[in-house]
Amino acid sequence: MTRQGKTWLIIGAIFVALLIARGMIGQGLGRVYVKRTQVTVTVPDTAAVNSAAVGVASASTSASTTVASAQVAAPSSATDSSTSASTSASTTVASAQATAPSITSTSSASGTTMSWQEWKQVPPLEFDAAQKVNAAQTEISLSWPRTIGLWLAAFFTLAIFSFLYADNPFYKIAESLVVGVSAAYWGVIGFWDTLVPKMLGALTPGLVKSLVQPSLVAPETLQQISMVFALILGVMMLWRLLPRGGWISAWPLAFIVGVTAGLKIVSHVESDLMAQAVATMKPLVVSVPDASGVTNMWDSWWASVANMLLVVGVICCLTYFFFSVQHKGVVGGAARVGIWYLMITFGAAFGFTVMGRIALLAARVEFLFDDWLWLIDPNHFRGL
Amino acid sequence: MSAGNFNNTNAPTRPWFERLDRIDRRWIFLLMFLAVSGPILWIGVTGKTLPEAPTLAARAVFQEIDHLPARSLVLISFDYDPASAGELQPMATSLVRQCAAKNLRMVFIALWPLGNQVAQQTIQDVIRDDYPALKEGDDFVNMGYQAGNEAVMKLLLTDFAKAFPKDSRGEATSNIPMLKDVKMVSQFPLLISISAGYPGSKEWVQYVISAKNEEMNFVTGCTGVSAPQLYPYFPQQIAGLLGAIKGAAEYESMVNASLAVDGVATAPKYLQAQRRMGPQLVAHLLMVGLIIVGNVIFFARKRRGAA
Repeated sequence: MTRQGKTWLIIGAIFVALLIARGMIGQGLGRVYVKRTQVTVTVPDTAAVNSAAVGVASASTSASTTVASAQVAAPSSATDSSTSASTSASTTVASAQATAPSITSTSSASGTTMSWQEWKQVPPLEFDAAQKVNAAQTEISLSWPRTIGLWLAAFFTLAIFSFLYADNPFYKIAESLVVGVSAAYWGVIGFWDTLVPKMLGALTPGLVKSLVQPSLVAPETLQQISMVFALILGVMMLWRLLPRGGWISAWPLAFIVGVTAGLKIVSHVESDLMAQAVATMKPLVVSVPDASGVTNMWDSWWASVANMLLVVGVICCLTYFFFSVQHKGVVGGAARVGIWYLMITFGAAFGFTVMGRIALLAARVEFLFDDWLWLIDPNHFRGL
Repeated sequence: MSAGNFNNTNAPTRPWFERLDRIDRRWIFLLMFLAVSGPILWIGVTGKTLPEAPTLAARAVFQEIDHLPARSLVLISFDYDPASAGELQPMATSLVRQCAAKNLRMVFIALWPLGNQVAQQTIQDVIRDDYPALKEGDDFVNMGYQAGNEAVMKLLLTDFAKAFPKDSRGEATSNIPMLKDVKMVSQFPLLISISAGYPGSKEWVQYVISAKNEEMNFVTGCTGVSAPQLYPYFPQQIAGLLGAIKGAAEYESMVNASLAVDGVATAPKYLQAQRRMGPQLVAHLLMVGLIIVGNVIFFARKRRGAA
């Protein structure tokens, strides 16, 4: 075994030993408990039931799980009779079906009542208390999927951090997984959020509405026509993949360049040139009155200094980038001051970047210490 | 090979600055880990946080929201994903909390695909848990994610319902009570963007605020990386700015102070940003120390080379 291999083995062994030791102390570590609750929603009219049926049929493809929790937390929004309730209810059912296969539906004169189970994370102490009262209870239980997910999150966090020591197979696995999942995710997002609702939804709204997105809003005629144009441009763009006629893809590219340039030029001139130039034209001497209307010398002095620094900074930085005149004498001096301003700006940018990166590192370390190792409990979730 | 090479006692010892210069960088990583994890453990155990003195930009964000009359419409754009949540989630939580406490009507949108899920989680953590009286559709609504970046922003200028034809539940925009009279984005007196990059705060300024600066105000919270690009817009085009976790901590302390109830401790979930300033302080001290050591080594080598 190589020296590096031995080092990895020792680090791994120490880490596992510490983990086992941590698991045997106090509450242990890294478990997720959930409480089962029954959610019931009543849809008042038959139209809603039909809509719900369509929603259930498409649940496997839309799978907007977050919607379920949003509706479930306030079921009254679906039960309060209004014409808009039907659409909401259909979405709720669709999402619920995607997350909980135990959905049941009963019809009555007042409408259709649907119920399903939801699992909400609870502190381990709540599980212990429930077990003491009734050891056979099933309302609160250990969630294996969420616990495995938690351990996987911790493993991949450490796998990425392990690169700081040296490149290794764990890092490679985590890196490959990130690349693969990201690529697949963006593919799915592009398909379901752009291609289906915007392109297919505009060209074949009836088909998309009945098969995959029951809540699709019908497009206007102009939108349909423009999407035909977009489809043609898209096909032309893909033409470059064919062995002949690759030049055809230059046309949609020219369209993209033209539209982007048009949008960017106007917005940049408005927001970055004109507005910024106006913001720079400030009085060099400022009078700041206090509450009684009398000029506050201290505040006035600082405001004046701030404005002077701003104006001088802009002029000197512009001078530094003005190369038509040799940087000598007054121009050279101004350019040198400009460099100082730029250096301070780069320093501030570096400081902000460091702050951002440390915040992200702190968030991951907090996750490891809190959610996984249960060393701390800043949110008082486990009652430590 | 000379005999001297086998005799270490005769080998010339390197000066201290060269030994420091050749230190394995992994020791620096370890120091940084300790600098971050130490305060996290300490704050996690003691629950103590550092005091914050809000700066002008953070105070402006607070005041922009505070000055709005109750029931005003606020558009909140979640332009980030979980990768930046460590920096941005604390400010998102506090922003939504202040809006909810002020009884403002909140419209959530997302220009990042995962922004919808982050917005939903924030709604759950703040509105549903602590302001259960607020009703979806009347007091707040999550319009979800819309693809198109700047095109969505441009569309919002002319037709809100066309940019967001339905909310995240699938409800048509025309059926949502609080959006019944909303035709375009300029009807929102305040726009808030919590932004991690593109599309985000800069694009909101370029495509929406520069066109509607007279009619609506814009405040933003952003990551540390993008903060230097946004400061030039403050205060003319961006009325208030929360830069990175420091801005979040300042703003969080202001919101907590304004909503404090005598004898009731602030919920720990509203102290996230202030908790994270502990590791920031120690890690920044380490960084400053390393920069000083690096400069000392540089000048020591230069001096030796000159001699």
